[in-house]
Amino acid sequence: MNRTPFYQLHVDHGAKFVDFAGWEMPIMYRSIHEEHKHVRNSAGLFDVSHMGRIKFTGRQTRRFLERVLTRRISDMPELSCRYSLICNERGGVRDDVIVYRFADYWLLVVNASNREKILAHLKASVGDLAVKIEDQTTSTGMVALQGPKVMEVVGTMSREVPSLKRYHFCIKNLLIMKLIISRTGYTGEDGIEIIMPGNMAAMAMKLWLREGPGDQEAVLQPAGLGARDSLRLEAGMPLYGHELSEDIDPISAGLAFAVSLDKDQMPAGAGSEGEPFIGQEALKKIAAAGPVRRLVGLRLDGKRTPRQGMKVLQGDQTVGEVTSGCLSPTLGYPIAMAYVDSQAHPDGILLGEQKTPAQETPLPFYKRPQ
Amino acid sequence: MASPNDRRYASTHEWHKLEGQLIVVGLSQFAVDELTDITFVDVTRASGPIKAGQAFGEIESVKTTSELYCGLDGTVAEVNTQVVQNPALVNQDPYGQGWLIKVKPADPAQLEKLLSAAAYDQSAAHH
Repeated sequence: MNRTPFYQLHVDHGAKFVDFAGWEMPIMYRSIHEEHKHVRNSAGLFDVSHMGRIKFTGRQTRRFLERVLTRRISDMPELSCRYSLICNERGGVRDDVIVYRFADYWLLVVNASNREKILAHLKASVGDLAVKIEDQTTSTGMVALQGPKVMEVVGTMSREVPSLKRYHFCIKNLLIMKLIISRTGYTGEDGIEIIMPGNMAAMAMKLWLREGPGDQEAVLQPAGLGARDSLRLEAGMPLYGHELSEDIDPISAGLAFAVSLDKDQMPAGAGSEGEPFIGQEALKKIAAAGPVRRLVGLRLDGKRTPRQGMKVLQGDQTVGEVTSGCLSPTLGYPIAMAYVDSQAHPDGILLGEQKTPAQETPLPFYKRPQ
Repeated sequence: MASPNDRRYASTHEWHKLEGQLIVVGLSQFAVDELTDITFVDVTRASGPIKAGQAFGEIESVKTTSELYCGLDGTVAEVNTQVVQNPALVNQDPYGQGWLIKVKPADPAQLEKLLSAAAYDQSAAHH
């Protein structure tokens, strides 16, 4: 089993571990709900080193990435990030990723569970383009600091970071190590994600978590994968293996904003040099015909937890299936994301043997106060 | 951490403790740790006669939903409405305020057939 550079830090904070895609990761330290609330009210530190970090160099990198990514990236300014998808020929989602554009190279952050698959797909798609692909996952570490008080914590160390715009990043030197700090995250809160060299990562973290284990008053507290899941669900963000899969297309998933269907029309240098991205033809057809299902948010009566695979009902008809659910720690009622037939108006979920009433509600379930 | 040895355990992780005429039933710390944050406890349907190995309710956590079983024969005398109102009580105090139901045993000697704390801890360790 893989361990991240922060393994000992998790042990010191009393983590309960879980196997996540071959990585020994903290699911929680004290309580999933408390960690969730701490992120909403203060600041949480997540180890996300298990996510894949893949570096691309070579003079045809931009063109190559336009080939494999659904979203146009040629117009990205230097030091910015963009959410995109990697699709299969059928338009199904191979992975959802964050693209980083540096002055002289590119970086993709991919899901831990898809890293090997995506690496193989990328290598197979290079063809005769001059691109070098380097998996930096195990040589680097990555953390997410999320919550309304993150900028307060970070502001004491850097003036530049709090002035970063959303989906932009900077490169900071901390002692002798280079940190990539982006204003991104997966919780619905303000915050940053930091990529750093693996061999110095634990030392860097001690600077952030100065208070040490067991300090209940600390503004920044570690938070595990359990809280990460309920936070992203409240924020209406998809999770691969739940809302996204090889059999689900991004248009049905409500991610049309991350698909550039006119990519092959872009002039040379501004796009893919007239080449469609992988999956473009299939996605054009889906977009033209209209998707057969849609991703919805549901709010349930009672206090029971809807779970992946449960049937979604309209009257006594099955019209869909739950992809994720939880008892929302912030809202206090159960929430779920589900795929339903495009024309359906769901009004319940089959929970156990009983139909629990549910109402469709717009995503996200939770929006942070501005 | 060793389970308290003032009570007996079922292999399905419920503890059973004699208090006066009644057997108090709750969930072990090991089970609570495995479940993580408990979000829902349903013991309100428990009433009347109950048999050893019979489900008397359900418990839900962030991670999973599971049934609750009684380890001996008897009659349900009381359910803990506190944990229904506040399921986190089971996380906070599984051996005390987080108890689930009280049963009037048909035969108090049945308690001895359940696992001792040491035997339970050994079986939980191999879980």
